[in-house]
Amino acid sequence: MINRLSQGGRIDRSKPLAFEFDGKTYQGFQGDTLASALLANDIRLVARSFKYHRPRGIMSAGLEEPNALVCHLATSGDEPNRLATELMLYDGLKATSQNNWPNLKNDINAVNSLFARFIPAGFYYKTFMKPHGWWHKVYEPVIRAASGIGKSPERDDTSRYEARNAFCDVLVVGSGVSGLMAALTAGRSGAKVMLVEAAHEFGGHLLDHPGTPIDGAPASTWIENTAKELKTLDNVTVMDRTLAFGYYDHNLIAASQRIDGNVTERLWRIRAKQVILATGAIERPLVFADNDRPGVMLAGAVATYINRHAVLPGKQVVVFTNNDTAYHTALAAKGAGGDVTIIDTRKVSGSALSTKAREAGIAIHTNAAVVAVKGKQRVTAVQVGTLSDNKQAIASVGEVLPCDLLAMSGGWSPTVQLHMQGRGKLVWNDELAIMQPSEVSITEPHVCAGSANGAFDLASGLQDAIQQTEKVLQRLGMDASATVVPEASGANDLATIEPVWRVPVLKGKRFHEFQNDSTAEDLSLAVREGLISVEHVKRYTTTGMATDQGKTANLNGLAIIAEELDRAIPEVGTTTFRPPFHPVTFGMLANTRQRDFFAPIRKTPIHEWHEKWGAPMEPVGDWLRPWWFPKDGEDMHASVTRECLAVRGGVGMADASTLGKIDIQGKDAAEFLNRVYTNAWSKLKPGHCRYGLMLNEQGFVFDDGVTTCLSDDHFHMTTTSGGAARVMTWLEDWAQTEWSDLDVSLTSVTEQWAVMQLSGPRARDVLARLTDIDLDKEAFPFMTMREGKIAGVDARVFRISFTGELSYEINVPSRFGLYVWEQIFAAGEADNITPYGNEAMHVLRAEKGFIIVGQDTDGTVTPMDLGMDWIVSKVKPDFLGKRSFDRPAIKDGKRKHLVGLMTEDPKVVLPDGVHLTEQKDVKIPVTTDGYVTSTYFSPVLGHSIAMGMVDDGRDRMGQTLFAQMLDGSSIPVKIGQSVFYDKEGERTRG
Amino acid sequence: MLLLDCPWCGKRDQTEFSYGGEAHIDRPIKPVEKSDSDWGQYVFFRANPKGYHRERWMHAQGCRRWFNLMRHTVTNEIKGSYKPGETFPPVSPKENQND
Repeated sequence: MINRLSQGGRIDRSKPLAFEFDGKTYQGFQGDTLASALLANDIRLVARSFKYHRPRGIMSAGLEEPNALVCHLATSGDEPNRLATELMLYDGLKATSQNNWPNLKNDINAVNSLFARFIPAGFYYKTFMKPHGWWHKVYEPVIRAASGIGKSPERDDTSRYEARNAFCDVLVVGSGVSGLMAALTAGRSGAKVMLVEAAHEFGGHLLDHPGTPIDGAPASTWIENTAKELKTLDNVTVMDRTLAFGYYDHNLIAASQRIDGNVTERLWRIRAKQVILATGAIERPLVFADNDRPGVMLAGAVATYINRHAVLPGKQVVVFTNNDTAYHTALAAKGAGGDVTIIDTRKVSGSALSTKAREAGIAIHTNAAVVAVKGKQRVTAVQVGTLSDNKQAIASVGEVLPCDLLAMSGGWSPTVQLHMQGRGKLVWNDELAIMQPSEVSITEPHVCAGSANGAFDLASGLQDAIQQTEKVLQRLGMDASATVVPEASGANDLATIEPVWRVPVLKGKRFHEFQNDSTAEDLSLAVREGLISVEHVKRYTTTGMATDQGKTANLNGLAIIAEELDRAIPEVGTTTFRPPFHPVTFGMLANTRQRDFFAPIRKTPIHEWHEKWGAPMEPVGDWLRPWWFPKDGEDMHASVTRECLAVRGGVGMADASTLGKIDIQGKDAAEFLNRVYTNAWSKLKPGHCRYGLMLNEQGFVFDDGVTTCLSDDHFHMTTTSGGAARVMTWLEDWAQTEWSDLDVSLTSVTEQWAVMQLSGPRARDVLARLTDIDLDKEAFPFMTMREGKIAGVDARVFRISFTGELSYEINVPSRFGLYVWEQIFAAGEADNITPYGNEAMHVLRAEKGFIIVGQDTDGTVTPMDLGMDWIVSKVKPDFLGKRSFDRPAIKDGKRKHLVGLMTEDPKVVLPDGVHLTEQKDVKIPVTTDGYVTSTYFSPVLGHSIAMGMVDDGRDRMGQTLFAQMLDGSSIPVKIGQSVFYDKEGERTRG
Repeated sequence: MLLLDCPWCGKRDQTEFSYGGEAHIDRPIKPVEKSDSDWGQYVFFRANPKGYHRERWMHAQGCRRWFNLMRHTVTNEIKGSYKPGETFPPVSPKENQND
């Protein structure tokens, strides 16, 4: 660890940690990030850039890092694109570099760099236009393979993710000096406070100035004491390694918390009454020649590595700056034993800090700039130049300074991303050359504090934190504790800034956006080519569109665009800030909602029996329904055929528990049904069932089912399985709002009843063995309901039929469902009772021409279209949807009708959804005459059957249409009735 | 995610609710007497304002009751919520200025 200092820092030298980077083993200490450990080992080259494959090193010390993206090979799975600067070192950590081949040092695609002048901004838009079709097949795959960052992991991710909700009065984001002060002020006042910090320890940039006095003690002591007090307060929750990444409506803050060295991660959804954004500031790079070379770092980051990690990443240090803040780095580097020179773009530097630097023996070049950088995979020297009066040209080229570390500072930008996501606004501060928060939103009540709010020096940062906290406490109606502003001093070093947005260049590329390889020249080109809006320039040059979302690049980019357009920076405006502020894992966003927990699964009370049989399951909404019940290795077709024939010839039983069921009570229940169904309900007597169609106000069918009168003020409604929730909501809406005068209450009882559909000519004989109910067909006719015991269990038995055979729908309380099913099955054994699945049920109902809403209808179908005029009351003055029947489009327009379709060849089963035309040979595109909605092979008929919607279908009986297949062939089909079997319904009523 | 104020249960996350579109669209008492155009207005046309909007929500994962609330469609500011049949102070034209 040749760059490790022998003392100082916040690392634990008693805890050495071994780690691996690109297959080589190194050593670091507890408290290191992967970045600080790599720098301690003098590893400069850690990545290749996105477009040009230029060698890149570590530029920052925090989450703004654009270059040092690595793949973290965690035991629980690979994590691409982790920032080396935020990945905490642990023993055995393994990481690899990305985007290079065959290796980091010799990357073949670095050849892109040589062609850089031919691949400027908008290159992809201008090139690869022709020949047509090549983009998809040739250009894109090649470009994608050569560019890009991390690869999607191939290993399964076994990490644990979870989510938590939290509520608080005040959420403080950031634990720098102002975040701590704000949390303390709010905490002492008794507010329920949460403090989240992205880093693994509290203190923020104050940790880079450990000796600065606050209240007479070193800053590090103040941080420690404050954190300690916060932890003792019961009303305060503090969390480190927790990054607030999204600010959503009504003060919902999303944060991701890393729990340990592996990727176990927790999503926090924090609903805060007030938010204090003490998110600090991010340093800006200077835009100068070859400013991306490994060894060129942000000055503040160098201070971080020295003060927190005891790493001086180079011995010969050049500090290149346009403001005083970098002088702290120069002094720290000097103090750590570095050889330091300052190159300052300003003409004079006469502050106290500069005096201190000179006294420390640091040479300062004023009105000077780095105009070229030597060394490709690591900096070896810089070329110094003198600036012209307007600082836009090189007046003279000066000496070449050998150096192995270049610390740059182009100023600092408040971290305003969350503020902007929270509908805040920005204002330009010319003195500090920053965009700082102005107004905050009324719907996302928050404040910004400290350097995030433009208060850059220590004393005003503390003061601002207290003032802003008092503001939010006042909004909450709470009294702020009498907090005394801690004593601190220090100049506002940022106020000394004299921006040089583009440093004149002798030779090299000036990057303003490192991760997407966008240069100052790209921005100029975009403006020259007529792009004026900042949103357009952003997309053309991909500025700020990388995974770092331009944290270091945005303002430099804006300023350069402003210079090109000859406008003031605030006139150019900013691009939109959207969550997430920082990349987060899909695993965390999905958290527990993955694998078995991806979606809720609903199982019927009889599910276990189906599973034991080995029935494949079909998802219907959230439900799992048995699809078919194979015997002796049957395939689907064989099984379904056997099941269908069993129902037609003997007896079968299906589990229909998923049917939606709504219990309707109240003296106006019948009137309510009159209004929501198309037919009449007033005269339905207790014990009688009726089929009903439900329409929306557009007159279109949206659900159907059988409803039974239990008593004059009590009905049992059934709905489609998938539509149950929708129907319930629909009925509740009318009952609660428009017709609140009706006495009616609705209760979903879907899961309270297990439903068995016993169907077939032998159904009566089987049921008779288990019940005291009189099953005689006069005593218990079709479309009635009887209550009684089935196998000793209280049951409601409905004589209704979805198969067209003699059927009983047996309803028993869910907890008896499996028992009763087993009893019926045993009782039917002599009759070879056959369980039938969803598929057979569909075939059987299609043979009878019974529709399935949502399969044969699509939300644009009226009862008349279905040929179901018989169910539409001519007498009722009104029901939902009725008036729309008279709309011209429905009354007079050409309508599609539901018809039956028969193929000539009985074996040919039409594909689902196939379109029908009048002509055999058609040229695409073509207007079709209709399409198939249901299609099966009917075992009992020995013929394929289909239903479909056809233009004026009922008037075209006997006509032949052609089903147009995808391969260009066609199948002739004849239009006919949609009831294929037992047209008179003798079997149903038998 | 919005924070919605159910008049019966209090403030809850948006995920507990379902949206029901513009509020105070009265169903005609005698639809048959309405012209096609009037009926069409009722069935198909909604104000879709940029500004304050009275809209219907249902507390689907809670009390399952429908209610109305007034939300600003640009800022998502919620002026208040009220039960069906209740009135809510009208918004002055000045207050309803668009963003």
